[in-house]
Amino acid sequence: MSEAVLSIRNLTVEIPTRGGILRPVDQINYDINRGEILGIVGESGAGKSMAGNAVIGLLNRPAKITGGEIWLNGTRIDQLEGEDMRRLRGKHIGMVFQDPLTSLNPLLRIGDQLTETMLEHLDISRDKARKRAAAALDEVGIPAAAQRLDSYPHEFSGGMRQRVVIALALCAEPSLIIADEPTTALDVSVQAQIIALLKRLCRDRGTAVMLITHDMGVIAETADRVAVMYAGRLAELGNVRDVVTHPEHPYTDGLMGSTPLASKGLKRLRQISGSMPRLTAMPEGCAFHPRCEFAQDICRAEPRPKLNGGRSACHFPIQQPAEETA
Amino acid sequence: MAMIQVKNLTRIFDVSKPWLNRVIERLPKAMLTAVSDVSFDVEERTVYSLVGESGSGKSTIGKMAVGLLKPTDGSVLINDIDLSRETDGGKLDKARSDIQMIFQDPYASLNPRWRVREIINEPVSARGGNVVGLAEKLLEQVGLSSLDADKFPHEFSGGQRQRICIARALASEPKLIVCDEPTSALDVSVQAQVLNLMSDLQENLGLTYLFISHDLTVVQHISDKIGVLYLGRLVEEATPDELFENPKHPYSQMLLAAAPKMDGFGREIDPPQGEIPDPINPPTGCAFHPRCPIATAKCSAERPEMRVVRGARVACHLAE
Ligand SMILES: Nc1ncnc2c1ncn2[C@@H]1O[C@H](COP(=O)(O)OP(=O)(O)OP(=O)(O)O)[C@@H](O)[C@H]1O
Ligand SMILES: Nc1ncnc2c1ncn2[C@@H]1O[C@H](COP(=O)(O)OP(=O)(O)OP(=O)(O)O)[C@@H](O)[C@H]1O
Ligand code: SF4
Ligand SMILES: [Mg+2]
Ligand SMILES: [Mg+2]
Repeated sequence: MSEAVLSIRNLTVEIPTRGGILRPVDQINYDINRGEILGIVGESGAGKSMAGNAVIGLLNRPAKITGGEIWLNGTRIDQLEGEDMRRLRGKHIGMVFQDPLTSLNPLLRIGDQLTETMLEHLDISRDKARKRAAAALDEVGIPAAAQRLDSYPHEFSGGMRQRVVIALALCAEPSLIIADEPTTALDVSVQAQIIALLKRLCRDRGTAVMLITHDMGVIAETADRVAVMYAGRLAELGNVRDVVTHPEHPYTDGLMGSTPLASKGLKRLRQISGSMPRLTAMPEGCAFHPRCEFAQDICRAEPRPKLNGGRSACHFPIQQPAEETA
Repeated sequence: MAMIQVKNLTRIFDVSKPWLNRVIERLPKAMLTAVSDVSFDVEERTVYSLVGESGSGKSTIGKMAVGLLKPTDGSVLINDIDLSRETDGGKLDKARSDIQMIFQDPYASLNPRWRVREIINEPVSARGGNVVGLAEKLLEQVGLSSLDADKFPHEFSGGQRQRICIARALASEPKLIVCDEPTSALDVSVQAQVLNLMSDLQENLGLTYLFISHDLTVVQHISDKIGVLYLGRLVEEATPDELFENPKHPYSQMLLAAAPKMDGFGREIDPPQGEIPDPINPPTGCAFHPRCPIATAKCSAERPEMRVVRGARVACHLAE
């Protein structure tokens, strides 16, 4: 495993219910390398958060990992539990969620939250940690950072809170950041600030990032590679420019076509009929076949198409147009 | 004559703490100006969109347009009738039945204990109108099945529920629909279905939309004209082509530059500076001046009037 900070192999998450076993994450595979931003896109319920939560050991019962492996910097982590998982998470993985308040303790001054986190995971003195805390806030663009160490989370605006969360996520110098919809609740102009900040910090430090979002525009601007999830499975995985400009999987193609951004000047948007299947009623074969215009008999039967090292999990990937020569 | 005439519309909310707290903590009254001196016209059979970031006053304008909220100052005329001042009951009823509203959350806006038929027919049956076969016809019109009339809302997906909301809005044969973020809770592939449906209905039924959204891409796609709001003020009004190719107000320029682009691979932008100010104590003069890269002394002293600048209406001292 060369440069990979995170490797996910055949990861499967299952939820036992009275009606049967649901599989919100179904045999997915990907790596994230040092300094790389991997975007995870897909519609609501596709399993993006479940996959991220599995990596950080934050699955809510009764959901649990039932197959596959997760490797972080060459160490297998999917079987860690309790205190071991908590320590690993604090030291090696930083987290940024949609709602900054889930990551901040409302009763603690933010300077103390930063200092405590550093003291727990880094070998430094309290005095030094406090200085580093001020520097960290300054780095994420909090004005007059040294004076804000004594403020409580509620004294910041939504955008400023998310900056504090990023400072907190990065202060133990993790090798991986998992950002689950970090800008979804923010306005366009604040979103641009937060994205620029994440990009800069990760590039400077070589941190690997898993960026989960349903916003294709954010992915296009931010990610190096992108994984498209559909009904718990990976539909497509590749270089962001390739996937956005020449999608191979019919679902990715439909997703692109239905974003108003991509259909500039068209009177009607391209639409995919129907909606994503529920976990309780997963079709046989390719999960996309009921909505797919290219579906043939083979698509409706098992075994379903897999990525297998290629770019898309589809029996009939859309052909790339011949290389346009200049 | 325009179908909607919004004239110097202003809405102020009293957001003071309770009287006793104010006395104890010696706080003054706090007044929040959600909408400030906004004027625009919407022509019949067109789509007029209001865009702006959170708190810019979009929904407040929408609510005043349908008569759910009274203006503090100024007026909204729908076909020359002022919903908040008209005294002739008959005229008022007629005007009201011409207007419908669709909201963002298709879950919250449908009564879970009613069958779809009752939900759709309600606006008409409440006025004593004939509803035989009405829900069935409308369901087909919005791309669902007439058999769905007997089901309950929880049996539908988000996009299907928004179609039910649209069917209900169409029941009283309105001329104007105010849509407040109708697709913001939907996934893009489902959003495309709903936007296409809305365009078709607008064309086929000759509807007028006042469309409210924070999503620039949606607004660019659906509108005939766009009004950009900042801190309760209309800062620019233009056609989509004009606005997106050639934004003239510095705030519009900032907003459009910050919006993610599908072809913006690895784009490095200087993100916008600063944040939206507190609406209770808005900046003097032009509300955008503290964040504006080209502001001059005049900008902090004098509020700019709307004026015509190369085919758009712009409220900026320096735009040209
Ligand atoms: N306790 C549970 N019981 C049954 N199904 C569940 C449970 N928790 C989650 N799910 C299902 O698991 C699937 C994956 O959910 P997940 O939150 O990962 O989606 P997501 O891609 O992050 O969506 P979103 O964009 O809405 O955040 C969904 O279909 C969800 O309904
Ligand atoms: N009933 C109310 N009482 C007090 N303040 C209000 C009320 N309704 C709205 N406001 C305030 O008025 C301003 C404009 O609110 P409005 O809901 O119109 O914004 P918006 O543009 O629709 O925002 P969003 O995109 O978040 O929906 C905000 O500062 C809001 O807090
Ligand atoms: S495998 Fe078949 S059904 Fe699935 S996306 Fe490809 S062509 Fe469509
Ligand atoms: Mg999620
Ligand atoms: Mg609103």
